Parts: sequence; structure tokens; C-alpha cells
Amino acid sequence: MRTLKPPRVTDTTLRDGSHAMRHQFTREQVRAIVSALDEAGVPVIEVTHGDGLGGSSIQYGFSGTSELELIEEAAKAAKRAKIAALLLPGIGTRKELAAAIERGITVVRIATQCTEADISEQHFGMAKDMGLETVGFLMMAHMRPPEFLAEQAALMESYGADCVYIVDSAGAMLPDDVRRRVAALKERLSIQVGFHAHNNLGLAIGNTLAAIEEGADQVDGCLRGLGAGAGNAPTELIAAVLDKMGLNPGLDVFKLMDAAEYIVAPIMPYQPIPDRDAITIGYAGVYSTFLLHARHIAAEFGLDPREILVELGRRQAVAGQEDWILDVALDIVRAKRAAGGVGDAREPAAIERPAD
Amino acid sequence: MYKLLRNPGHMELAMFAGIDPQSEGLARAKRLGIPTSYEGITAILDNPDIRIVFDATSAKAHVRHAKMLREAGKIAIDLTPAARGPYVVPPVNLGAHLDKDNVNLITCGGQATIPLVYAVRRVVPVQYAEIVSTVASRSAGPGTRQNIDEFTFTTAHGLEAIGGAERGKAIIILNPAEPPIIMRNTVYVIPAIEEYDEAAIVASVDQMVAEVQQYVPGYRLKDAPVFDRRRTPWGERTVMAMLLEVEGAGDFLPPYAGNLDIMTAAAWRVGELFAQHLLGIRQEVAA
Repeated sequence: MRTLKPPRVTDTTLRDGSHAMRHQFTREQVRAIVSALDEAGVPVIEVTHGDGLGGSSIQYGFSGTSELELIEEAAKAAKRAKIAALLLPGIGTRKELAAAIERGITVVRIATQCTEADISEQHFGMAKDMGLETVGFLMMAHMRPPEFLAEQAALMESYGADCVYIVDSAGAMLPDDVRRRVAALKERLSIQVGFHAHNNLGLAIGNTLAAIEEGADQVDGCLRGLGAGAGNAPTELIAAVLDKMGLNPGLDVFKLMDAAEYIVAPIMPYQPIPDRDAITIGYAGVYSTFLLHARHIAAEFGLDPREILVELGRRQAVAGQEDWILDVALDIVRAKRAAGGVGDAREPAAIERPAD
Repeated sequence: MYKLLRNPGHMELAMFAGIDPQSEGLARAKRLGIPTSYEGITAILDNPDIRIVFDATSAKAHVRHAKMLREAGKIAIDLTPAARGPYVVPPVNLGAHLDKDNVNLITCGGQATIPLVYAVRRVVPVQYAEIVSTVASRSAGPGTRQNIDEFTFTTAHGLEAIGGAERGKAIIILNPAEPPIIMRNTVYVIPAIEEYDEAAIVASVDQMVAEVQQYVPGYRLKDAPVFDRRRTPWGERTVMAMLLEVEGAGDFLPPYAGNLDIMTAAAWRVGELFAQHLLGIRQEVAA
């Protein structure tokens, strides 16, 4: 068995957790969370709208406080940690990246659907020119085999990535899926390899360990698992497990537990868990952030969210396609009416949302 | 090219020019009996019979071409993001620009979505318009991929300048599904006022869809517009969502590539109206 080394842990409570928070993080919350993570020795803290820079929109939900203000707050609060931002080409642009650099990020994580790495070239180019550390994110990586992903990762490496992540955006992978994908990238790339888990099938921690055992250099966590779908691997749990394995990269386990318990838990609107709809997301292999959007729309049209999620999986919806949820719901209602199944389905005219 | 052959209207396809003698497009044009040149724009400039030029090269090349074509007294219809001339969306503002010598077609997403934003705008002022264009990965060439930011900048600007939104935002998503998906666009609009006649907006949108269908038959709304209350930076507001599908005519490109088809169809439409204008034929077009 190979000798394992402690991975670098990036905390993304303030980015992936933004989905569960409906993008309503405040400056005060950012300051408290960043200070606690920094104090506990977390080296990289990601702060952005859940869908990356420029994600504040009707499609994904508007930010309560501008992400640039939150990044600025985070950069002020961090004494040692680097502040990172996520960027999805097609949603955010170099313009937002430049603004985020001005507010203090020193790491950018550039994410594409795992088949579309070649849309990220101009963003990696600019980030390297500006002296940033760069990480590539291959999202929805369960949808393609390891060798294919290695090719896409190699493109990102050629554009200037310092690390490429296998991102299990749907929380759909089993440990063996993770092992084969991480191994393929380790084999192919001369840069670092990372892994980002979602807990939709209850495997976030197990998959993160599988990645580390295959030599992953970087992994992601969120305090209390606060993230899209059933959430992510909890940062405090990663720290405790790594510590028991003798692989603690310098994290203060108790301080992270305290941050999860006393800072994050009290502000969470709900504890993400693999419940009915989140399991369905992992099972159907769809984007974890569809969870809340699908629930709202299903409730409005009198549908079971699982019908919508499974159909989105069948249509091979990819990262960022929240608008297809409404589309699928309308199609299901239409089909049911035509079959005479649901005479009482509501008119697709007005969707009332809970005043959240 | 195929659209001009299928339906020349008041135009005649006089030349197909490229710069690569080995190009498949040139070979195909030659087989169809169209005069071709691999000397790029030179052959076009030398031919006084050519009045209208469709430029589908690159933004960089078009900046150079624009000047040369202007000096040669030719009308340029620019399919690149160069935008040396005004943006045009045929059913919205083409009539106002028939005296120009260079017009720009924005982006495929812009051609698809701006008509709908304008259709709302002619009934109520628009605070914010946001569009999401989803295209099949196979239909997005290297030019689009390497310049994806330009798509979002240009489309967002078009939503404001031509669609009439105070603020515009554009998102593009490439979907690799097999079989490839038909081009899809979601158009979200937040009217600037809260009291308005929904039925009048829907009627205006329906009318606009019919106008675009005149030159893009596969342009259709999947459902009636959906009105929904959402939290926005302007407080809780009604958001209007329109789900649009653009299926290509399949003249040459596969039908799923509606994004490519709507550009060439819009270019044809613009060319035809310029041709009619040059010939002194009276037309009724949007000004």
C-alpha cells in the first residue's frame, strides 16, 4: 500500500452552502465563519454565490448581499487562509473575476460541465496572468468514464490549472467510481488532483476517503455539511477522520466542531441530509442544486419532486440547467392531462413561492 | 449558402469566398456550381455586381473587412461579434437601419431572445431581462468555445440596447446529451411596474413569435408565458418566464442546431430586406 499524505482541505461552506442558504449569507455570518475556519487552520476558504461569480440571477436565485462584498469581508477576516472564488464560464466572465481579484481572492476555481473543459481557456489564462492559484472543476463527473475525464483534465492543465478536481455534483458516485476517476487523473496529469463530494447517497465522507486513498491532493468540505442537495462532506468530520488516520494536515478538530456547532448550525435553514428528494438526486444523477427548485415547482403543480428529478436525469440535464425544472414540470402536467390522469393539476400560470 | 440557394428571394448568390483552398465548404459550393474564390475578400471587392456581403469569418477579420467593404460601396451583414455597425434583430429594428452599410447580428442567443424581450417592452417598461441559452455541445464550434465571455457580454448588451431592458443578463450552457438537444432558451423578464395587462403582454409575445416564424419556422414557445412571484433585488416582484425552443430548418446543418440556423436565417432575412430596399421595393418592417 502506498504511503498517503495529508490532503489540503478547502472549505466551501460559504459557496456550496450558499445554495442551502438561498444565497442569503450576510457580512456578519461571513466574518464569523471565516474567522473560525482561519483560526482552525483551514488553508483555503471559498466564498461566492453558489453558482459562482455572477450567479446572482433569476435562474439561480438572487444574492441577498453581493458576493463581492462577502469576498471583501472574508479577505479582511482571514489572517492566514487564502480566499477562493468559483467561476463557471457561461455564467460568470473575466469581468467578475477581475472584480473578485480586486476584492481579495488569490485562488480561483474554474468549473465546467465535465465534457466542456475547452470553454475555460480564457479564464485560466487571465487568472494565471493575474498571479492567481488556479483549480479546475470537472462537474457532474459521474456522467463520463475515467479516461474521458483525464483528457478533459489535461486540457485544463494545458490552460494553466494548478489542480483539477473530480466533482461529484450529483452525489451519484460510489467509492469505486471515485477511485477510478481520481486514479485516471493522477496517472495522466503532472499537477494536483482534487475531489469534491455530495452526500446524496450518504457517501460523501466515504468517497472523500476513497479519493485520498487514491492520492487526491485536495478535498472539499463544508461545516455541518452545509451545501446543495444532501450537502457535502462535513469539514469537521473530514478533520476528525484524517486525524484518526494520522493524516491531519494541521486542522484543529475541536475548533472546527465548535464552528460547525455554534456558528453554522444556528444559522442553517435546515440540516441537509439524504432525504427522499436528495437520494433521488444521487440516484438519478442530477445536479444537487436542483433540490430546492424542484421541490418548490413540484409543490406548485401537485407533482412528486422525484418525477421531475428522474425525468431531468433521463434528459441528461447538466450543471446550471435549473430552467429545465419548470419545463419538465409543465411537460409532465401536460402528459398527465392528455392521459386523463390528473384533472386537478393546477393551471401552469402562477407559481407561489414560500416567503423565505 | 444553402438558405440562399433554397430561397434566393431578391438576391442572387454571386460568390462564395474563403481563404483555405482545401476547405470543405468551398468544395461543396463549387460542386453546386457557385463561383468560388479562396482569395478571401479580394475577389468580392473586385466584383462590382456584388452589393451585399455576408461575413461569417471572425471578429478580428471583420474589423478589417468592414473598412474595405465600406470603401467598395458594399453592404456588410456581419455574423461575427465585431459589431462595427448597429445591432439588428429583423422583426425589432431592421427598418431603422436599411440605410446603413454595415449591420451586426449580435449572437444566436440574442437573435432568439431579444424579440421576446422587445415584445414585452412594447407593452410595459422592462426593469430586467435575463436569458439562458442552452445549446447542444456539438453545435458550439471552437470560436464560441474560446470566446464564451463575448457571448454573454454581447447578448446582455443586445437585451438592453435592442430589447429595451434597463438591465440585461445572459447565461449560456452547453449540453452534451446524445442525441443532441434542440436549442433551448429561457427568457425571464421583470416588468418595471407592478400593474399591467398580462393578456396584452401575452398577445404581444404571440404576435412576435409569429413574426419570427416567418423566417425561422422552428421558432416556438413550449408553453404560455408563466408569471411567478420571486424575491429580487427590487423586492418581491412578478417574474415572467418564457420557454423557447428553436429547431433548425435542417437546410444543411442538423435540426438540433437551431442556434446556428437562427443566425443564418436572420442573415438571410436581413439580406432580403436590404435587397428589396436597393431595388426600391416598398416593405413593411419594424422600425
